[in-house]
Amino acid sequence: MRLFVLIVGGGKIGTNLARSMIGDGYEVALVESERHKYEDLDREFGYAAIFGDGTETRVLEKAGITRSDYVIAVTGDDEDNIIISQLARDKYAVHNVIARVNDPRNQSTFDMLGIKPTVSNVSTIHSLVEHHLPHHHLLSLLDFEEENVEMVELAIAEGSKVVGRKIKELQFPPGLLLVLIFREHEVVVPSGDIELRADDNLIIIREKGSESPLSALME
Amino acid sequence: MNILIIGCGRVGSGLALRYAAEGHTVNVIDELEETSENLGLGFKGRFLKGVGLDIEILKRAGIEDCDICLVATDGDNTNLVVAQIAREQFKVPCVVVRVFDPNRADFYAGRGFDVICPVKLTVEAMHEAICEGDLEVS
Repeated sequence: MRLFVLIVGGGKIGTNLARSMIGDGYEVALVESERHKYEDLDREFGYAAIFGDGTETRVLEKAGITRSDYVIAVTGDDEDNIIISQLARDKYAVHNVIARVNDPRNQSTFDMLGIKPTVSNVSTIHSLVEHHLPHHHLLSLLDFEEENVEMVELAIAEGSKVVGRKIKELQFPPGLLLVLIFREHEVVVPSGDIELRADDNLIIIREKGSESPLSALME
Repeated sequence: MNILIIGCGRVGSGLALRYAAEGHTVNVIDELEETSENLGLGFKGRFLKGVGLDIEILKRAGIEDCDICLVATDGDNTNLVVAQIAREQFKVPCVVVRVFDPNRADFYAGRGFDVICPVKLTVEAMHEAICEGDLEVS
């Protein structure tokens, strides 16, 4: 069965997301409240484009929220994204809700109201910049707050002591699990005999607070 | 009482003037400076320019020790988020929020918020105003 993704907000993010999800075979509905933007979307997406205020239950129902697998709130207003997320999760029992945070100062309000996961362009770019600075090879991908576990991406630097070594030779401290290796355009499933290379990106699940063993490992 | 009002339009300013005249401590927040004119020159409370989602401005307006928070900007979603910040984060004992859309008003009333929906009130009032006799087909 095709998954149905309901996107609220037909700006640059919403529109491009709709395009790529449709390209991947998802069923998509895209809600936009401004008439002139909607008309463009209607030309491109046809019946998948829906005109209306996506914070109104009538509009959400017309867009098919009751059968949606994902609701993605990406309007330019944080208060709208919060309300859309709450309606989706609590009124329509949608299991997967993703919300965009426009102003990082509002992140704490999303967190306080338990709206997650959230996506913020500003925070993403911020962490990308950090990611490319020396000594910041670690990027947090996913935070399981309640479980106190997070998924991180770790880039193996040129000259790191782990380059050329097999995974089974590395002493992974407890609380760390190597899940995947992104190598150029390949995804490598880790096993003991695989040698790590420079520029490998390791996807690691770890208990929070175990930062130092990880960096010690990769020096 | 310490009263915080978000939104200084007709409703917000009306409430502010009334509570200030009754001798309460009143802080009003609105993103538009010119809405302070709605309060007139004799207003005894304080006006702050800013948006209600801004935690810093809420703190400066005394949300941490306010008794009553009245939320009446022209945006339903802004009102609903500010009301939740007031109740969940700052534990304001009494929060009243205006929501025009009856569906959203019902949903958040069901979550325990004190919601005033002008649309529903007007429908009720106008329905009441029509005398039974006026409906009879002549």
